[in-house]
Amino acid sequence: MTIANSTELICFLILGAVVVLGSLGVVLLANIVYSAFLLGGVFMAVAGLYLLLNASFVAAAQVLVYVGAVNVLILFAIMLVNKREDLKPIEGLALRRLLSGGVCLGLLALLIRVALTTPWAVPGPAAIGVGATERIGEHLFTDYLLPFELASVLLLMAMIGAIVLARRDVLEADVGTGDAVNQVLVEKPQTPLLIDKSTS
Amino acid sequence: MVTTFANAATGLVSSGLDLELSFSQFLQGLGISPQVAHLLWLPLPMLLVLVAAVVGVLVTVWLERKISAAAQQRIGPEYAGALGVLQPMADGLKLLVKEDVIPVRADGLLFTLGPVLVLVPVILSWLIVPFGQNLLISNVGVGIFLWISLSSIQPIGLLMSGYASNNKYSLLGGLRAAAQSISYEIPLALAVLAVVMMSNSLSTVDIVDQQNGAGVLSWNVWRQPVGFLIFWICALAECERLPFDLPEAEEELVAGYQTEYAGMKFALFYLGSYINLVLSSLLVSVLYLGGWGFPIPVEWLVGWLGQSVDAPLVQVITGSVGIVMTVLKTYLLVFLAILLRWTTPRVRIDQLLDLGWKFLLPIALVNLLATAALKLVFPFAFGG
Repeated sequence: MTIANSTELICFLILGAVVVLGSLGVVLLANIVYSAFLLGGVFMAVAGLYLLLNASFVAAAQVLVYVGAVNVLILFAIMLVNKREDLKPIEGLALRRLLSGGVCLGLLALLIRVALTTPWAVPGPAAIGVGATERIGEHLFTDYLLPFELASVLLLMAMIGAIVLARRDVLEADVGTGDAVNQVLVEKPQTPLLIDKSTS
Repeated sequence: MVTTFANAATGLVSSGLDLELSFSQFLQGLGISPQVAHLLWLPLPMLLVLVAAVVGVLVTVWLERKISAAAQQRIGPEYAGALGVLQPMADGLKLLVKEDVIPVRADGLLFTLGPVLVLVPVILSWLIVPFGQNLLISNVGVGIFLWISLSSIQPIGLLMSGYASNNKYSLLGGLRAAAQSISYEIPLALAVLAVVMMSNSLSTVDIVDQQNGAGVLSWNVWRQPVGFLIFWICALAECERLPFDLPEAEEELVAGYQTEYAGMKFALFYLGSYINLVLSSLLVSVLYLGGWGFPIPVEWLVGWLGQSVDAPLVQVITGSVGIVMTVLKTYLLVFLAILLRWTTPRVRIDQLLDLGWKFLLPIALVNLLATAALKLVFPFAFGG
């Protein structure tokens, strides 16, 4: 076994362990902030696996989209809604956990079966390496054009939905008294308050 | 270690500028297998870049102190070394020996991990900065895209340190920093995309090569003036420099996410922000100012002098000129950034977000579309 091969194997084992243990931590940890940070770690490890497969563009895109956007947004949501309140205990929590654990184990068994029974081509097709960027671009604009455009429409819909949800309608008049409410910023740099008083 | 560097130096003179080849040939001459030679070579460029980054920071800190002093009609550091050049070293030593305080109610693990997550992506990004045709650590195919994706990790470190400090100013500072860096990443990426579209490659070496056909006239700054400005503004915002240093706004947030940090952990933030400034300036010079290119193409000069471009001595001179040009352009931009810091007021958070989303983003999109159109109409000038 050459040095390059053994380095690759060691990297794969470490990254695999990080992915498995990290995902278990994301699910099992009680502190939701830890879960979110661990999720970032798992995404990074998956990007590392892509790098091992000689797919550097996919790895960089994984970091940019999942770590840089998705995970940061999750963290934002957690930190802006950081309410320390005791949730009331849910009835039959043990049974619920048991059931969801059972479903997850079933899914795992199914995936392992698929992985074991599929006749994988070994060794797989040669990695394209640097040319991958252009190849992905070609595919996105020829045979995968429709899914690509549909995804962008979906994102647009999500964006409009978020704006509608987040928008607050400003009341023009006070609800109690009916007087007009001044909604402009209190600070008005053009008309300093102090100078007016001193001159008059 | 000393002998290996000496070997690298002799290799430089004898066989052009492929240092790795001559290094591994020398080791194989000593009876070491090629793989082990490669393994021994790997840490050398990394070490060199780490040293270069830290020295770059020391120079920048000294410049910052001296220029700020000049802007405020002071003298600035004067006693530590000639003209105070040793002052940044003294600062660094002070931070090294300071007590490392972790607040009692803080989250110790995340508190320690935060600064590391801020610093490591910035240093990793030096991987793609070219100082010459072969003078970079790795000419990865995804090049500049790697930098964009690595710099998107930073907000996580900022959020982490802001949250772990268990301090309201820190949390607000961390959230602000992350919001700012997300908002400015998009116009930045779009500006880079326009350059990439012109050079048909993400690799930084190809981007520089494409600019050096006719010296100063073919630099990207003439073809992408709007992109250049967008990139520079966004780079300042990503580095949290004034006028965009809201996350550390002293009057509002004490020191933002750095409030609870002391000693070496604070030094990591400090180092990170200055390395990021130098790196951004390097990338501006690579993307828009012709990278290592001399204002008049070196090949023309060599031709007028009647020499061959491949001659060993000429290669060494071209390489050194390349490094000097890159560093010169970079420090001109650093000077500009420092001058901006000491002469402009800070923007408000709503102005900052307005500028990013309502002004820079549409302009960057229009710039991208205009570049695409110009590329179709004038393929000879815009890299068809």
